[in-house]
Amino acid sequence: MSSDDRLKPPPELRRIFWIWLVLSVIAVPLVVIFVGPALPPGSASDAAHGQQQDNTVMVAIVVPIMIGLLLYFIGSLIRFRSKDEVDGLTDGPATAGDPRVMVLWISVTFVIVLFLAAWGAYELFPGEDGAGGGLGSAPISVALPADASSALPVQVIGQQWTWTYRYPTYGGLETTELVLPVNQEVRFSVTSIDVIHSFWAINLAVKADAVPGTTNVAFVKPVREEASTIRCAELCGLWHGHMTSRLRVVSPAAFRVWIAHERAKWAPIQRYLPPYKPTYAPEPTYRG
Amino acid sequence: MSARRVGTILAAVLVLGGGVAIGLYVALFLEASPPPVQAAIVGPHQAALELQTVAEVGHGENPNWVSYYSRTPGHKWVHSTILRVPAHALIHVTVYQYDSATGLRNPLWGQPRGLVGNVMFVNGVPVKVLKPELASHTFAIPELGVSVPLPGVSEEAKNPCSYAPCTLAEAHNTITFTFRTGDPGKYRWQCFVPCAAGFIFGFGGPMQSIGYMDGELEVQGS
Repeated sequence: MSSDDRLKPPPELRRIFWIWLVLSVIAVPLVVIFVGPALPPGSASDAAHGQQQDNTVMVAIVVPIMIGLLLYFIGSLIRFRSKDEVDGLTDGPATAGDPRVMVLWISVTFVIVLFLAAWGAYELFPGEDGAGGGLGSAPISVALPADASSALPVQVIGQQWTWTYRYPTYGGLETTELVLPVNQEVRFSVTSIDVIHSFWAINLAVKADAVPGTTNVAFVKPVREEASTIRCAELCGLWHGHMTSRLRVVSPAAFRVWIAHERAKWAPIQRYLPPYKPTYAPEPTYRG
Repeated sequence: MSARRVGTILAAVLVLGGGVAIGLYVALFLEASPPPVQAAIVGPHQAALELQTVAEVGHGENPNWVSYYSRTPGHKWVHSTILRVPAHALIHVTVYQYDSATGLRNPLWGQPRGLVGNVMFVNGVPVKVLKPELASHTFAIPELGVSVPLPGVSEEAKNPCSYAPCTLAEAHNTITFTFRTGDPGKYRWQCFVPCAAGFIFGFGGPMQSIGYMDGELEVQGS
């Protein structure tokens, strides 16, 4: 083998490229059509649907890269497999830089990274119906969803180790279960009365930190009637793993029935609840 | 045998021994828990639990920590919060409450719920809601929807209990209630009052420790 031959890429590379191209052309549409709809967090809300689309785009980008890596790995195993124990201990051919290859991989990775940065920035910005994440205590107007003014306000109160919910438009009713009407924009005001928690309505794709002494606003519009589980996503003490709560998205009529039922159920304690405030810091705290 | 080989064997034994010791330490740490207390069977699909809350344990590693105590069917008070009860049964609970009031951080827990009739009895009197500032502790099993506020004894009580286990001769409130268990499983229970004196906002120490203000309800099938 001459030194010029050693510098040439292995002849199998061209074959690997064509196999990669064919497999990618087949795999990407299959992944988008069949895997995409099964990706988390589902499509129970506008924000969830948006996040699912983002995950689908990222998986679609990753699939050709993964196929390329696997093919190159398998090709290398075949191409460089040693049939002779002595030869196997000798150095392979020397490698040398190739400006064309360098330009190619730098360009490809540059385009991918740039695209993901632009895509991520666009998708993180709250869209028409909110992004599902916490927007802070006073979201700027451009971050608000289109129907923010008519959103149903719900205060989420984290406490070691459970969640409770207040509905200020229903007399400050406080409940231990979160029930929301379908196709209604919701404004969560997330807070805590002890340590930092994180309100994670997984199926709705809402995750907002619950910080004592402040409120964190998150918007979402549930679009499907279903039941799911809410969890805490911030390590918060002994029973953090058990800090769950039930979420039900129901029809507007069923929501009204539920509200009436809860108001009757919690009537005895209602007079002892403090007036509704965005930040919930009840007394007493003297014991500590 | 060469010195090098002996050194290698010694090093291997040390590493192996160290690994086993660390593994044992972790396993023992994870396994360490108070002894379980079996509820007394008082009828078909019915059992009874007796608990008490004390302001200070008075002995052991944390003598000044607030704590629950449980009573065995043999009428012995033990420092445990691991409770064993039958599945699909009515559980009659009696809590002897010896601590003074701290007040609820979230007033919502002033309403007993998840109970038969959604009512508790304080010294024999039915109570459907407790003023939040009168609560000393709560007995809550969130996964079963059970929450019971426990009224504290007066600060001016003449014969307060100084250390556990307390006796009926000392100032206390007796709270009774009944709840129903479901399927077998382990359910955590806890106090929702920030009652850990000496910790930030009262949420450390005993509030974070099984055997004090947290426990497990082991619901067992027949």
